[in-house]
Amino acid sequence: MPTPVRPLRIVLAEDAALLREGLVGILERAGHDVVAAVGEADALQAYVRRDHPDVVITDVRMPPTHTDEGLRAAVAIRAGHPDIAVMVLSAYVAESYVAELLDSAPAAGVGYLLKDRVGHVREFLDSLARVADGGTVVDPDVVRQLLRRRRDDGPLAALTEREREVLALMAEGRTNGQIAQLLVVSEAAVRKHVGSIFAKLPLDPAGDRRVSAVLAYLRG
Amino acid sequence: MSSFPDAWTAVRGRPWRFLASAWPWRSVLYVASTVPVGIVVLVVLVTVVGVGLLTAVVIVGVLALLRVPLITRVVAAVERWRLRLVQPQPAGRRTSWREQLRAWRSLPVAWSEIGYAVLLSTVLLAVDGLALAVLSAPVVLIASPLFWQVTPGEMEVAGWRVDTVGEAWLAVPVGAVLLLVLAYLLTWLACGQAALARLLLDPPEERLQQAVAELRRSRSGLVDAFAAERHRIERDLHDGVQQRLVALTMTLGSAELEVEDGPGLELVRAAHRQAEDALADLRATVRGIHPQVLTDHGLVAAVHEIADRFPVPVGVDLALPERLPAPVENAAYFVVSESLTNVARHARAGRADVRAWVEQTGGVLVLTVTDDGVGGADAAQGSGLAGLAARVEALDGTLLVTSPVGGPTQVRVECPLR
Repeated sequence: MPTPVRPLRIVLAEDAALLREGLVGILERAGHDVVAAVGEADALQAYVRRDHPDVVITDVRMPPTHTDEGLRAAVAIRAGHPDIAVMVLSAYVAESYVAELLDSAPAAGVGYLLKDRVGHVREFLDSLARVADGGTVVDPDVVRQLLRRRRDDGPLAALTEREREVLALMAEGRTNGQIAQLLVVSEAAVRKHVGSIFAKLPLDPAGDRRVSAVLAYLRG
Repeated sequence: MSSFPDAWTAVRGRPWRFLASAWPWRSVLYVASTVPVGIVVLVVLVTVVGVGLLTAVVIVGVLALLRVPLITRVVAAVERWRLRLVQPQPAGRRTSWREQLRAWRSLPVAWSEIGYAVLLSTVLLAVDGLALAVLSAPVVLIASPLFWQVTPGEMEVAGWRVDTVGEAWLAVPVGAVLLLVLAYLLTWLACGQAALARLLLDPPEERLQQAVAELRRSRSGLVDAFAAERHRIERDLHDGVQQRLVALTMTLGSAELEVEDGPGLELVRAAHRQAEDALADLRATVRGIHPQVLTDHGLVAAVHEIADRFPVPVGVDLALPERLPAPVENAAYFVVSESLTNVARHARAGRADVRAWVEQTGGVLVLTVTDDGVGGADAAQGSGLAGLAARVEALDGTLLVTSPVGGPTQVRVECPLR
């Protein structure tokens, strides 16, 4: 297994012991340092205060109510420790989760992945590295579903069907070349679509327009 | 049986038509049959209550006493059947004895039935016995010439001394007149008795309402228990198999990174894919049993989730308060899920719409699932909609499917929020 560019100090919260141990195994084999692995949100916050890790990985659903304790903790950590990156794992797509997580005070990197993604170890580790470096990673499935959901209203209403398709592929992290291949058009055509998406969506000119095109939309 | 619908109408009709009808005879039969029935009831009640009281110390007696309402219920059934002699009932659905017995057991104790049984075995038995005795008088009077033939000489008929054969013949018209009078009296008696039986034996509104309320409670209890059970199964699957499968995919994912290129790696990758397929199947199953997102986030999030996975565009417009009561939420979710499944399977629709709102006045959830497909859906035929209708009805709601051939199809649910 390749040693990561940067070994990370990680606090992990996951209530299912089997998964917790599996994740710890993957992370440690990748050369990261799991300083604490806990099964509930309160303990997560306590360890974050004590150990101040680089990254927090947390499940959404944890005891005692098994609803969104992990997410609440993630939002609180982002607010209280703007320099700690947060990666949230969820068993299913819930729009409110994504919105809450992205809407919480802008800070270090943030990620929202479906749990299934963890099995793709290399992708998972890549996503983790990107989040640790301050990036934003939203699960491709989540992006696809959210893009579908807003078909009728919101900023996407201004886009054409083709532009929406291009945006969906952008959100999955595809390059213009890959998009051209997938849609069977020329790369120049894709560039034209991307340009018109940037023009139609209200984007922050300072940031990475590619990322903010997706985020502007996800924030609703 | 002539044109009179019952004895009471007959006895108030024209005398000749009444007397020529079967009603006087039926009334006599009614009154007469009271006597043996009354005696049997008297014997049974006295035996059961007597034995019950005597052995009450050793519990057995208490059990016997507890059987009294059941006995009186049987008596009531026999009496309702006997009532048809004077008050024929329009034929309804015949229930089997087994069904009736089950129904009787579940009904609350009917004191009026016990009261009627006691009345039957005492007052009614005495009165009808007396009436029968009186009825023997005109019979004997009419038959007195016959008696004279057999044993000439002095005789006493119903307290009347008959000395000569002429007097014996005179007794015949007296007996006939008395018979006519008694026909009236006995019919009136039968009618009065029937009215009394009706009063005590007809299930009063209150008892019916009580029984209906009890049924409704137990039915919604079943629905709740069912939902709780699904929830438990979902949790078991989620905490058990699902976690193990995710752990397996993680292990296989890690192995992919460790194993060197070659047939070994291909096998690991294949195993990984298979594990993921199993996981996907399991998730689909769990979603069908009791979706997690519904429990955690309620109907709005759960319906959005269905819509997102749906092959046809689904417009979702849910104007709902934060959370609905769990049973309503569950039923509504499965209505949406099943309706959309039907749309995908049969409707050939280009679009579907899910709308829901709460009617302010009544606290009633209204939910509609509409598609622009070919229509012609029938809730009664197969489709899961029939089961869903039952589920909604258990919550006192209604499920209505309108689907003219050519479309559009609409499933509409109205369900009180309790």
